[in-house]
Amino acid sequence: MGEFEVHRVRFFSYVPAGVRCLAYHRRTDRLALARTDGAVEVYNFAANYFQEKAIPGHEARTVEALCWAAGDRLFGAGLGGDVSEYDLERLRVKRSVDGFGGPIWSMAANAGGTRLAIGCEDGSVKLFHVVPDGVQFERNLDRQQGRVLCLSWHPSETHIAAGSVDLLRVLDVGSGRTVQRIMVNYHVQKSKKRECVVWSVAFLSSGTVVSSDSFGRLQFWDWERGTLLESHTVSTSAVLSLAVSEKEDSIVVGTSAGATYQFQLLPVKMGSQDKHWVRTKPFQHHTHDVRAVAHSPTALISGGLDAQLVIRPLMEKMQKKGYEAALRKFTFPHRRLVSCARKARLLLFQFSQHLELWKLGSTDESGKDGEVLPVCRAPEHLVQLKSKGPEHIYCSCVSPCGSWIAYSTASRFHLYRAQYEGDSVSIKKVANVPKLLLPAYQLQCSADSGSLFVASDQGSVHVLQLLEPGGCKHLHTLRPPSGTPEAVYLLASSADGNWLAAASGDWEIHLYSLKRFKHHCTVPTYSCAVTALAIHPVTNNLVIAYSDQQLFEFSIPEKQYTAWSRTVQNSGLHKAWLERDSPITHIAFNPKNPSHILLHDVYMFCVLDKSLPLPDDSASLMNQSALKQLPETARKRQLHAFKICKKFQPLLFADLLDENCLVMVERPIMDIKTQLPPPIQQKKFGT
Amino acid sequence: MAALCEGFTLCGLGPSGGVGLGAGVLALEPGPDSDHVLLTDRGRTATLFKVSDQKPLGCWSVKHGQIITCPVVCNFETHEYIAVHDDKVLRIWKDEDVNLDKVFKATLSADVYRIHSLPHGEPLVLFKGGGVRTLDVLLEAPQQEIENFISDEVIKWSEAFLEGQEPILIFATEKDGDYFIYVQKFKLNILHKYKLEQQELSNPLSFTAYIKNQIITLLCLYSNGSVYKVLIPLQRHSEEEEQILSKSLLLKLLVSGSVLKGTSFAILDKDHVAVLGSLTAFGEESKECLTIWNTKFQTLQTSKELPLGTSGQLWCYGEKFFFTHGKVLTVIIYKCETSSLAAAVGKLKDSQTSDVSSFINWNALSDEELVDSLQSQQSVALKSESKMTLRSRRNSVAKVQPDTLTVGQLLLDIKDSSSAAIEDELKQLLSKPQMPDFQATIGCVITALINRCKTDPVFYPRNFLVQLIQKRGLSYSLCPDLMAVALEKKDVHLLQICLQRFPDIPEEITYACLKVFLSISDDYLERTDVNLESVICYIDIESNNKEVKTEIVENGFNAELEEDSCDIIFTKETHVKNDGEFCPVGPQKAALLNAVLHSAYSETFLLPHLKDLPAQQAVLFLRYLHYLYVKSSEKITTTLPGVLSPTINQIMDWMCLLLDAHFTVMVMLPEAKGLLSSLHKFVRAQVRFYSELNKIEGSLQELQRLKRQKDSQTYSIEVLELI
Repeated sequence: MGEFEVHRVRFFSYVPAGVRCLAYHRRTDRLALARTDGAVEVYNFAANYFQEKAIPGHEARTVEALCWAAGDRLFGAGLGGDVSEYDLERLRVKRSVDGFGGPIWSMAANAGGTRLAIGCEDGSVKLFHVVPDGVQFERNLDRQQGRVLCLSWHPSETHIAAGSVDLLRVLDVGSGRTVQRIMVNYHVQKSKKRECVVWSVAFLSSGTVVSSDSFGRLQFWDWERGTLLESHTVSTSAVLSLAVSEKEDSIVVGTSAGATYQFQLLPVKMGSQDKHWVRTKPFQHHTHDVRAVAHSPTALISGGLDAQLVIRPLMEKMQKKGYEAALRKFTFPHRRLVSCARKARLLLFQFSQHLELWKLGSTDESGKDGEVLPVCRAPEHLVQLKSKGPEHIYCSCVSPCGSWIAYSTASRFHLYRAQYEGDSVSIKKVANVPKLLLPAYQLQCSADSGSLFVASDQGSVHVLQLLEPGGCKHLHTLRPPSGTPEAVYLLASSADGNWLAAASGDWEIHLYSLKRFKHHCTVPTYSCAVTALAIHPVTNNLVIAYSDQQLFEFSIPEKQYTAWSRTVQNSGLHKAWLERDSPITHIAFNPKNPSHILLHDVYMFCVLDKSLPLPDDSASLMNQSALKQLPETARKRQLHAFKICKKFQPLLFADLLDENCLVMVERPIMDIKTQLPPPIQQKKFGT
Repeated sequence: MAALCEGFTLCGLGPSGGVGLGAGVLALEPGPDSDHVLLTDRGRTATLFKVSDQKPLGCWSVKHGQIITCPVVCNFETHEYIAVHDDKVLRIWKDEDVNLDKVFKATLSADVYRIHSLPHGEPLVLFKGGGVRTLDVLLEAPQQEIENFISDEVIKWSEAFLEGQEPILIFATEKDGDYFIYVQKFKLNILHKYKLEQQELSNPLSFTAYIKNQIITLLCLYSNGSVYKVLIPLQRHSEEEEQILSKSLLLKLLVSGSVLKGTSFAILDKDHVAVLGSLTAFGEESKECLTIWNTKFQTLQTSKELPLGTSGQLWCYGEKFFFTHGKVLTVIIYKCETSSLAAAVGKLKDSQTSDVSSFINWNALSDEELVDSLQSQQSVALKSESKMTLRSRRNSVAKVQPDTLTVGQLLLDIKDSSSAAIEDELKQLLSKPQMPDFQATIGCVITALINRCKTDPVFYPRNFLVQLIQKRGLSYSLCPDLMAVALEKKDVHLLQICLQRFPDIPEEITYACLKVFLSISDDYLERTDVNLESVICYIDIESNNKEVKTEIVENGFNAELEEDSCDIIFTKETHVKNDGEFCPVGPQKAALLNAVLHSAYSETFLLPHLKDLPAQQAVLFLRYLHYLYVKSSEKITTTLPGVLSPTINQIMDWMCLLLDAHFTVMVMLPEAKGLLSSLHKFVRAQVRFYSELNKIEGSLQELQRLKRQKDSQTYSIEVLELI
């Protein structure tokens, strides 16, 4: 097929923030996750674990606890002292209420989802009513010394267990009184006495309070008598988190050594009713603190400060072994953080609070497969743009010519004009940008760099005209005819400037004619989240990647799926393709070779050649290395449509610069690890 | 995974060329050589082929008007060929004979069904009336009268085996939809008749069988696309007229939801069967295919479509399939490897197999309850399904009703019956098709047997205990007293098997075994039956002393390197006896000690017991460990050859443990001094050698680091070729 000159970029020094807390919602099969930088993400397990919502963080808004309550409303609380409700349609904080108790360390919702309890720095536990327009303060429970680090409601909603330093309390919700106080370090020898932090509690329906503490213990208490029922030393380091399954027969705990353990309630003797908690399965998926764990009916979920989200299905809960039972690990966001100015050979990297603009290097030599060419001009860091204010960046883009840079935060939209004179770059902020409804969820420049598309809420897309030498004008706002509350999160424009495709949070894809600023048609709804979109520059076919790894090609002029797309659906994609576990995040095309589609996910880069037959399940999907060993003549028969390269991992971005020049942005996990604080030293035998 | 290779044509079968004149193949039999097959067609001709060369070596025909009625077989002992034409005329000839008219001829008094030739045995002639003669008996008086056992039943299939030295013939007959199985044993001249349990709406199409551990396993391919397994014990004491054989489903031939209609099949190994049949998917024409199935995981392993159609016959000799495909006889070589779970799962997309494996029901374990529950369970099961019969208790325990044997009853019987009677029942138990809670049951049976052993000193069913333990899945905790009794009886063979099989032996018992093994004299052990598998490869059993083999020591310590200390090499040269050179114990004892080394233990629990070991025994054991250590260090891989031989880590751990336990004794004991010093020298030599290796490792790592550095640049331009 051909040789590419690949610019292998590893200078995108992106470090994902650690996972702070998790909340699993059983009914919708979704997981809410908060990171240490205050970002909140929602993973849809039903849509192949796609990260379908992401609310960027905020400097002043750390999230210490997340709760699903009142159906599928998501609440968060943090050290800022506020209880906030998230707007999952417009991806921002809907409203916040001050807890008036100083920093909030913990929050728990009752079984019915009608009330929230928060644990504050000042030692108070406060109750809030969940009302249609947010939360309303209800009452204070007994206040005591010491911050309340963790809370758990009894399923009957009559009592709350609260953990703080050295102490565990049970509070009566009706009277607000402390009805039990348990000193957790009572058994420790005087000489060794140090502070024992109760990091997490759970209140079981049997009246047992489960606590995990900084001494590495998981303890079971009878709350009425205040006696210790069982104590398990899990680890020499702290046990930071615990979660109980809905049936209360299994507990998952996370430790600061990066290990997670499962405890199960099992009969000790055969046939006897006497059941004990037994440590059954240890897992070591993380290198750093496991700050949050959750327990879905079929899986153990853990999130660590190493930024990894790990979903470990429980084999005994799975109907069949295979793909469903595979371990999932997510480190990188399911959307792109890099944009590329193809013509100018620039890359724009998006960090949480700044942007970096780099110019790629070049070479004047060529070589054979696998060779590293000498770089005659090194890559250059042109500009660093710092976002002002505490808000994190939602999205950013650079125009194909490289002269326009735009980004948006929750409340502000910035447009810059860059001018290149020789080696120097000057950046000028465009004043008087039109006042738009913010935030923008996605930004996209047209191929001629003449207009900028701004994805906004309620399914709308704003079209801005970019004016030389440095101005901009609002041309039109495109809206779906039926209306939708969900925001647009993916955009794709055609090379000829005629068409725009927009995918919104309800997984609908609308097509607009830019000539007439009119809605053209809607792509038939598919039951899975859209992960990437692109319009072919020659044929004007829209290529869509879904989170279940399906690929569709939709002809915009004909308003229907193309014949090739139907063939793919009829014959089905290769099993190995469907079982990949990271979504396609970017699609590109080769204008010189219209049958090629370039796709990538975190672990592979693929050129899909539509002119070749699709592989069937008996053929090997990754056949490149096998093909390389075959003589030219024998290759013909073995060729199939998917040309997959796994050399570049983990891949955050890949694009075609010109006909035979690619850019690949990698972020090696080792490089991220070096940015993290050192993990707890564990003595390995013999070292 | 099993795999089918590309096939090749052995010969054409069409009327124009090749053999058979289009009438088809009567049968294919193995020829005198492993690479030879004898093909008999439904006409007048028999041909001998060399398979790898795909060419005929010889061809014999009977006269016009005569027909070969029984497949030609080869007498492996004499390299003669035997055929029957026109049902009654027997011909025997050799390779050099050309004209069949002129070879030895014998006319028999009855019609022959088949001749079975066995390696190392006299060929067996099976008559259509069910009578069987060996060939030499028959040739003594060809006109002797042959009895008719089966009146109007028709023989469908027959097969012969050798069990030990005894030939056994099994054949299946059919009459009015009922199928009968006959087992003929020659030594005792016994013919057993069984009736095959009926299957509604389906009848057996093909049979195949194998023999193992005194039990014939018969597999039947039914017309409903299922393979059933029937177990027939060879030992049968009751002379009852007719026993019904129950069958258990082994495999359902389901391919993507549609049933494979098998026509014939063959057993490949303990987990794999090959089935030739036709597959009809919805709305499609049926297509014939050859398939290999894994019975353990119930999965289709591989299949090959045969678009030109087959005759429905399949033969399998020496890892090759033979079948007619269109107008030719095709040979396909197959490979069948032991399948792992990983290999088997997910091969067949929507097979109906369940992933639920059977587990022991621990709740059913408590002793007395089990008796009750099993009794009630089984009686209910048996009432509803009276075919599950195993009636044979009549001759031994007359008072009990002649119905069936339940486990509960067996447990009661063990308490008071005679040992012969118990053995009978146990045999039946073992030949039963898969029981639920098999392990639990066996555990209870063993416990009952052991209890009996304790009360009755004469009673000790050693062979049965061995057989029971060898069934997988038992553990120490299932039968805790077994080893104690074996220790008391000094049954070292049983102890050896227990140590090898049980995963959970307490350290106390392990120690007790060790002590017993060390204390028994080698002379006594020579007379006992011990499995020597683990030592046979490295101990020279014939002459275990005074003969020095000058082997090259590969593990790096040569004379230059170790001038100062290594007197192991020195002794080699001077032929002086050294501790590390000869096995200090006999091979039997070594095998037993290996079993101890192999068992799992925890240091903390073993150490206190080990301290009780008498000093002399400790020294002997240490000497043996030293020997093993030196022996295993001879190879670069530091492993000992052979099955279940101890690993270097096990040897080292035990050595350290033993030294820990007897440190002061060893230091004080004069006879241990030489041993300790040679051990010390050997270890020092090894340490020095490894430190040299470490140095090399350092330089190699540096090389690797250089390579990695190149890789960790933040920017590079590379060339990527996609094909």
